[in-house]
Amino acid sequence: MQDKQTQTPKKGFDLKQLTKSRGFSAFTAALLAIALGLIFGFIVMILANPDKAISGFRYVLVGGLGRFGDVLYFATPIMMTGLAVGFAFRMGLFNIGASGQYTMGMFFALYVGFMWDLPNGIHWVVAILAGMLGGMLWGIIPGLFKAFLNVNEVITSIMFNYIGMYLVDMIIQGNGVIYIASKSRTNYLPSTVQIPSLGITGSNVNLGIIFAIIIAIALFIVLERTTFGYELKATGFNKYAADYAGMKGKRNIVLTMVIAGGLAGMGGAFAILAPSAIAGSSMTYEPINIIAANGFNGIAVALLGSSNPIGIIFSATFISHIQRGGTLANLVGYKPEIIDIVIAVIIYFSAFAMIMNAAIGRFIKARINKRHQKTEKEAK
Amino acid sequence: MDTIYYLIQNMLPVAIPLLLVALGGMFSERSGVINIGLEGIMLFGAFFGALFVFTIQGAGIDAQLVLLMGMVVAALAGFVYSLLLSFAAVTMKADQTITGTSLNMLIPAAVLLFSKMFFNSDGITTNMGFFIRKMPVLGDIPVLGPMFFQKTYLTVIIGFVILIISVIIFYKTKFGLRLRACGEHPQAADSVGINVYFMRYAGVSLSGILGGIGGFFYSVGILDGNINGHSGVAGFGFLALAVMIFGQWKPIRIMFAALFFAFLRTLAYSIALIPFLNDLGINQTYYKMLPYVATMVVLAFTSKKSRAPKAEGIPYDKAKR
Repeated sequence: MQDKQTQTPKKGFDLKQLTKSRGFSAFTAALLAIALGLIFGFIVMILANPDKAISGFRYVLVGGLGRFGDVLYFATPIMMTGLAVGFAFRMGLFNIGASGQYTMGMFFALYVGFMWDLPNGIHWVVAILAGMLGGMLWGIIPGLFKAFLNVNEVITSIMFNYIGMYLVDMIIQGNGVIYIASKSRTNYLPSTVQIPSLGITGSNVNLGIIFAIIIAIALFIVLERTTFGYELKATGFNKYAADYAGMKGKRNIVLTMVIAGGLAGMGGAFAILAPSAIAGSSMTYEPINIIAANGFNGIAVALLGSSNPIGIIFSATFISHIQRGGTLANLVGYKPEIIDIVIAVIIYFSAFAMIMNAAIGRFIKARINKRHQKTEKEAK
Repeated sequence: MDTIYYLIQNMLPVAIPLLLVALGGMFSERSGVINIGLEGIMLFGAFFGALFVFTIQGAGIDAQLVLLMGMVVAALAGFVYSLLLSFAAVTMKADQTITGTSLNMLIPAAVLLFSKMFFNSDGITTNMGFFIRKMPVLGDIPVLGPMFFQKTYLTVIIGFVILIISVIIFYKTKFGLRLRACGEHPQAADSVGINVYFMRYAGVSLSGILGGIGGFFYSVGILDGNINGHSGVAGFGFLALAVMIFGQWKPIRIMFAALFFAFLRTLAYSIALIPFLNDLGINQTYYKMLPYVATMVVLAFTSKKSRAPKAEGIPYDKAKR
């Protein structure tokens, strides 16, 4: 989304060329979807409680600014799941299983955190890698099913969301070291396994966000500059043409799902291994048989960023920003679920925002042309 | 024998939502629109059905009549909600999978928001007793009586009636034939004067109606008339899609597939009551995973020779030939 915009200034700022580029229309489409989502959210707020709607909506819009550290902390996992969904999307795969991969990654990281005794400085790195491995494991199975058995990846990855969730909850509940039954949550992680903090007071923001951004940039390079990335995009554009050109479709499907799973798994690790703002505690997980929401939010992030890794950095930050705002809107009586509604509406509209965008563009152009013709006629 | 009666009595109320929702998915996909939003449609129908029951439960109307009225409300709700999908997928030619996903995400959040703001809980709790201990006359039939007409819900009978109606509509009417044509080759259908857009709207709307009813029947038959935004319908919309694929997009096969899945799930939740399985001492969670694992296994074996509608998932564009 950003690449085209930075290239143009070389020959002077050319607005026409800029507005015609694909990246620009994806960007405006995303803005349109966001605007419609926010308007819908505002309407729901008015319906729910007209008196507080404006102050609540202000929290949603700008509330996150005062807590930028938290925004970045909560952006980290959804950036990773967003990359997991977006990366698979470029190949034409809809990785709805990011939730399961995320949960698996989180569990693997937890397991290494509690059960392995490693020296300070290495422990958290190993835990992150373990999380990646867990996610990969949960990504490869739908990939294999898709590639060799022709099973729709959407159904399999949904099933794996449930299987993973039940499995993880069961194992955690059965493990006395990890789980505290009386508090129905996991124990506090040892400090050696927590990712070093970035030192912003009052927030959990840590090195994870830096890693996530580096990974996003690396993925961008993979997609734009490598043969694998080219094959991946070609398969996404036209599967049959790619097959005909001799690209190894099956291998690429499995590889894509493994990478996507690894990304989501790292997201889970980043979320659970974060240092806590309160000394002596850590992030915890409650095994209450609910599918991780961060996986589904990843779909929103990927769509908003039009599956471009650089775009996803920004869209994840934005979604996290309004989520923080939604939590703050609780102060005037609104429930944070309002943001889930806004996100769902954003996804709904971004599914056809490109088309709508083009329609609006045509409409405006037609109006301008009409006016043009009118003035020409009057001139005659 | 008692265990068998018990399993069947508990299996049927579970099978009916799966059956209805899978039939809905079938109508939608055979018209050419992938409806992955069934989970959301179910919850939407269940929510409005439960809300209706909640508002009317004090009026002293017979429970079975309330059930029928709630069914109509749920069907209407599902229909309205499915219009969002048909508008995006048919009129706006948007990606059907993404649209369906957004519909799935919207409803749990909306239900939670609404329930938290107005009921101060995570869902709606009703105290209407829909359970039927024994149906008159029919319940006295030996063997079949205890299986189908005792300790059950009215939803079971309605479900099978809807199945029969669906089969007739699907195979014996002009409408059904046209609907199927639109899912296989919309261009050909269009060339003989069938309005593809209308047929696809009709297919999705039918899936909305059946999805809404299925959701309400889920809330009646499994949750005892309650609904909760957190657990929703526990992936039944997705399971129904698997049932539909397992049933190869054909109504009678879908029925058998639904019964199969319902049997697995019932088994999973009644381990403690079946002595020989309880003695194995396997963690109950394994059984809870069973329906989902079974889906994977079943799909692995059936997908190779899959008979999916040819044009499903592709927005119909008159300009493209």
